[in-house]
Amino acid sequence: MLPVRAVFQKEVFDNFRDRRTLMTALVMGPIFGPILFAFVINLSVKQSMTDAAVALDVPVIGQEHAPNLVDFLDSQNINAVDAPENRDAAIEAVKTGQHDVVIVIPENFGEDLRNMVPATVEIVSDQADSQAERDARRAQRALSAYSQRIASLRLAARGVNAGVMRPLNIDVVDVSTPSGRSAMLLGMLSYFFIFALLTGGMNLAIDATAGERERGSLEPLLCLPVKRDQLIFGKILATCLFMSMSLALSLVAFHIMLQFVPLEELGMTPNFGPREVLIAFFLLVPFTLLGAALMTLVASFTKSYKEAQTWVSIVLLAPTMPILVVSILMVRATTTLMLVPSLSQHLLLVGLIKNEPLVALDVAVSVTSTLAAGILMALVCARLYRREGLLV
Amino acid sequence: MISVNGLHRSFGDVKALSGVSFDAKDGRITGLLGPNGAGKSTTLRILYTVLTPDQGSATIDGADVVTQSLEARGKIGTLPHGAGLYPHLTARENIVYYARLYGMDCALIDEKVQDVIDQLDIRDFADRRTKGFSQGQRTKVALARALVHGPQNIILDEPSNGLDVMAIRSLRELIRSLKEAGKCVLFSSHVMQEVAALCDEIVIIAEGQVALHDTPDGIRNTTGCDDLEEAFVKAIQTVGAS
Repeated sequence: MLPVRAVFQKEVFDNFRDRRTLMTALVMGPIFGPILFAFVINLSVKQSMTDAAVALDVPVIGQEHAPNLVDFLDSQNINAVDAPENRDAAIEAVKTGQHDVVIVIPENFGEDLRNMVPATVEIVSDQADSQAERDARRAQRALSAYSQRIASLRLAARGVNAGVMRPLNIDVVDVSTPSGRSAMLLGMLSYFFIFALLTGGMNLAIDATAGERERGSLEPLLCLPVKRDQLIFGKILATCLFMSMSLALSLVAFHIMLQFVPLEELGMTPNFGPREVLIAFFLLVPFTLLGAALMTLVASFTKSYKEAQTWVSIVLLAPTMPILVVSILMVRATTTLMLVPSLSQHLLLVGLIKNEPLVALDVAVSVTSTLAAGILMALVCARLYRREGLLV
Repeated sequence: MISVNGLHRSFGDVKALSGVSFDAKDGRITGLLGPNGAGKSTTLRILYTVLTPDQGSATIDGADVVTQSLEARGKIGTLPHGAGLYPHLTARENIVYYARLYGMDCALIDEKVQDVIDQLDIRDFADRRTKGFSQGQRTKVALARALVHGPQNIILDEPSNGLDVMAIRSLRELIRSLKEAGKCVLFSSHVMQEVAALCDEIVIIAEGQVALHDTPDGIRNTTGCDDLEEAFVKAIQTVGAS
């Protein structure tokens, strides 16, 4: 039996018996992402649902000065309720969080309106609070609509067509597909997948050097008539297998989870059926070699299992960096960007979910560059494994 | 047959070995004796190729440990200091793993593993996971996996460490039976009695040099001490004084 195969088989077998490794690889990594995702989606669905559909209670000071306005608000599903007695009390109430939004109608509102002087209405709210800010915006929209209506009525009373007030009729034609809109939200998926993939191999990668050394099993292993390259490659391959399993599970978990999340209510139809799961697996799987080699490399510098865990956890964050930069800069996918591992997987995955056709060249560049980086990293690992200091 | 020629090795400023030479012949048990830090482990580590010497050379059945390290490793069975097992694997699986890495014929592995399990008397716990094994059980399994490929040369680094009386007795029997089979056994120890009870040849190392290399009787004659322990102390002091 080839040494690489013997090492690979033993590592896989050994780790399948290790409950801790199995838990991280097959449960924690794959499940963590979908649960967090379902939570975030449900929250945003709930947030958008509150708009318009649900009646908003807003305390209004000086309701008696503007009965028509109060009626109008009522027609917009905004109920004017009892308010603090004056403006100062209202500001205080908003500051302490007792009310989110308070509308203040001054005494001279009716008079100003009659005299054609712009009549002041105040909206008191804490704009730093996102819930309050949304309510305030809704109140503001209602008030603007009221203002428009009065303006139209005034022009009509003077025999002027209300259209003169609207020289432009701006109409936005939204060509985004429902799957396109989902891509924005599902963009973070790619990181979850890479995270799950890396978590799956974490314990194996640590075990290969720091773990074996701590257990005292490294020295007898190195006394065997086997090249160290063979040992390390066997270990890296076993790590790759665990990472692939973790990846496959997390993809399937997401596919199942999406059936239970009301994405349609957000106007999204994610394109993530069984075919996409399969394609996503093949797009992401080349990353396992790079991930496994990188983690093994980092772990081989450390002195103990604990220390290795700390450092390897940092590796979990490394693949986010390119994704983060590109998300902030809103860069479009180009073939050059496909040279960057983790980023190329992210961009291809987003395209896949948007239901855009995959460009063969992009896929080829992504797979080749990621595999090349992985092989290079594995060679660096083997080189480090050859040094004498490995044992000390 | 293991030959060691003028080994030098330093770790930073610390000189661990300064010219160690000796031969360990087939069919004989050679004991490497010396106080803690004398350079026993460093010598053995160079022999099983995890360390390289700064100067000098060593061969195992003619294979140089530096230039032909893979070949040299194939000719030895090793029990390094504190050899660890894989806790999730059974004793048998631990041994099979090493048999595979020695490149043994797959068809023969099961049979050879069973042989070594019988030879070392580990049948009772052969199919239990090694997690929770006693030190004695652990050492036996580690020895079994070092011997599974039937090496001609056997290197043991302080094999009796942490063993109880019964375990030490069975270890001695095993070492004697290896000698009967014509093997070359080299082991290190800092316990005089153990070496005296077992060895045909004793190499006393102190401060990185060979202080004495002789048979137990020869050592008694040279130092003029009847008691080997006295002889040991005297030999070490001679090196310290020079």
